[in-house]
Amino acid sequence: MTVSHSIQETADAANYPAIRLAAVDLDCVRGDRTVFAGLCFVLERGQLMAAVGPNGSGKSSLLRLIAGLLRPAGGSIGLSVEDPDSDPGTDTDGGLVHYLGHLDGLKRQMSVAENLRFWRQLYGGERPVSLDHVCMIAGVGHLADVPVAILSAGQRRRVGLARLLISPRPLWLLDEPLSALDADGTELLGQLMARHLAAGGAIVAATHQDLPIAPDRTIRIEGGRGMLVAAEGASQ
Amino acid sequence: MTGFAAIIAQTIRLSLAGGGALVGLVFFLALVAIIPFGVGPDLNLLARIGPAILWIGVLLASLLGLDRLFGADNEDGSLDLLILSGEPLILIVLGRALGHWVATGLPLIIAAPVLGLMLNLQPIALLAVMATLLAGTPAVSLIGAVGAALTVGLARGGMLIAVLVLPLVIPVLIFGVSATQGAVSDPEPFRAPFLLLCALTCAALVAGPVAGAAALKAALD
Amino acid sequence: MALLTRLANPSVFLGYSGRILPFAAAAAAVCMAVGLYLAFFVAPADYQQGDSVRIMFVHVPSAWLAMFCYSLMAISALGTLVWRHPLADVSARAAAPIGAAFTFLALVTGSVWGKPMWGTWWVWDARLTSVLVLFLMYLGLIALWRAIDEPARAARIAAILILIGFVNIPIIKFSVEWWNTLHQPASVLRLDGPTIHSSILWPLLVMAVAFTLTFLTLHLAAMRAEIYRRRVRAAQLRAASPEYNRASANGPEAEAYS
Repeated sequence: MTVSHSIQETADAANYPAIRLAAVDLDCVRGDRTVFAGLCFVLERGQLMAAVGPNGSGKSSLLRLIAGLLRPAGGSIGLSVEDPDSDPGTDTDGGLVHYLGHLDGLKRQMSVAENLRFWRQLYGGERPVSLDHVCMIAGVGHLADVPVAILSAGQRRRVGLARLLISPRPLWLLDEPLSALDADGTELLGQLMARHLAAGGAIVAATHQDLPIAPDRTIRIEGGRGMLVAAEGASQ
Repeated sequence: MTGFAAIIAQTIRLSLAGGGALVGLVFFLALVAIIPFGVGPDLNLLARIGPAILWIGVLLASLLGLDRLFGADNEDGSLDLLILSGEPLILIVLGRALGHWVATGLPLIIAAPVLGLMLNLQPIALLAVMATLLAGTPAVSLIGAVGAALTVGLARGGMLIAVLVLPLVIPVLIFGVSATQGAVSDPEPFRAPFLLLCALTCAALVAGPVAGAAALKAALD
Repeated sequence: MALLTRLANPSVFLGYSGRILPFAAAAAAVCMAVGLYLAFFVAPADYQQGDSVRIMFVHVPSAWLAMFCYSLMAISALGTLVWRHPLADVSARAAAPIGAAFTFLALVTGSVWGKPMWGTWWVWDARLTSVLVLFLMYLGLIALWRAIDEPARAARIAAILILIGFVNIPIIKFSVEWWNTLHQPASVLRLDGPTIHSSILWPLLVMAVAFTLTFLTLHLAAMRAEIYRRRVRAAQLRAASPEYNRASANGPEAEAYS
């Protein structure tokens, strides 16, 4: 199983700093509509949080709030690194967040490798990751020189997963990560998520499907309110 | 710094791959070609208004690709990823603007003297047009990038950019054309308007990315 | 400053402005009547221009207000971006069409005045050209506002453009003047002669006050209309939201203008 062996290598290369994500009374207003209000949660290294709820309930907005792409209408959301000096081997290079939105951020006119190279130059740290290696892990190794325009939705999603591996960042924000993925792809996603958590990363995933691995906590957003649900497999 | 260079390179790559730069060049040619049909083929008249025609042509052709500058990033999700990369938003705007200038502005500057020959411009006028365009078109790209940032995500963004940007680039046009006239006809000065043109570009280099970054932030939220 | 903070509540603003509005309108009407009387019957006709000089009493205050209005919008834009005052955007948005109208009035009266003076409807004179560019900027702003659906998003984007324009207008004015001295048309008869005689100055000042009062009246009324428009929009959004039927809590935004 060379693939899972390679995943192991990538994950071991990453040694994340301890991060802590905390939301206090978080309100989200989009346009003129209150999406949710009064959301509270804490997420620490090694934890996976699932955000569930019906369409339009604000799962995606929650991810964008965490990423800092949206401003909270009320309350606060903070991502902090605890003792950044304790682990000099870590490499976050400014950003702490990888975001996999429902748009893939790929230029159709450019090839898979060109796209990933671009994002590596922007996200990359001091230790550049081999693109071939990353493409192989994500199962798009044979597509490296193919323009993105002719890829299927599932293949583009896999390129999106490859993008998560090009630089080590401790917090992954995944918006409907399972969409367009087949059974193999789902299994791959599960492996990547498990390795990321094992290396001390954290994940917030917005989904309406079952994630390949059990979340440590689940937040249910419904009817303008967010409720923290004590989830299956809670680690505390 | 590698990130900044990557943004410039990608902007150029996308402009060339999408054919946007080529369309701009063809538009410039078409624009210059229709002027004599409007004003008549009098070579003396064309020589007199030639620099102005070239400048206006370059100005309008530069506006063409602007709506894709951030519009494409917004549509495919790249804008979010660019912002999250940790690269300062100001540098992202600057990189896109400089890339636009290299891919769109430079070919127009190179084509300008060729079209100038068709307008009966003297060699000194051709040189002056190239020099002033070289000094002035970066300001057009930078101001245009601000317009592109202001209209990102809007349905009729392309039209709006032209409406918003054209009044703002009037000074660039004025000093560009006056410097060219100054180089051709003796009593009028060349140095003063040319230096003012350079000053405008410098000011746009500083203020443009700041304003563009603020506009992108406002447009995303 | 305390008053500005109190006025951040739109209801308080509606209360105050509703009481001020009739007085402002009455004062504007009286001033305008007096000003027009002075302009048409008291001020002497110019020995060169004849009665056409009376256009000045409309033209000059219009041009003045065109600039005053943009300055007001620039202050409002700062209010939106820096202090996040909820009424700042309402003020800027309400001012834009009024400013555009006064700018248009200045252009038209300038043109009408130009016909007998210069023998042509339009002269690319530095002042006229600058005002024309200002008019274009007003129209661009209005177009931008209309293109963005969400008021909050439109507010910040428009505010940035207003400030860009505010920084640019002096540069444009300077460059237009430079351009104008290069291509000085021979026929232009400049008005900046010696001092204006007091028999003309007084009607002009009264007219300027009348125009300013008219502007303030229109601006207050437009701001009130804008607030009501946003309330209607908020109510429509409430009606459309799924929570409305479940009678659950309404958001802060929905109540911001109620």
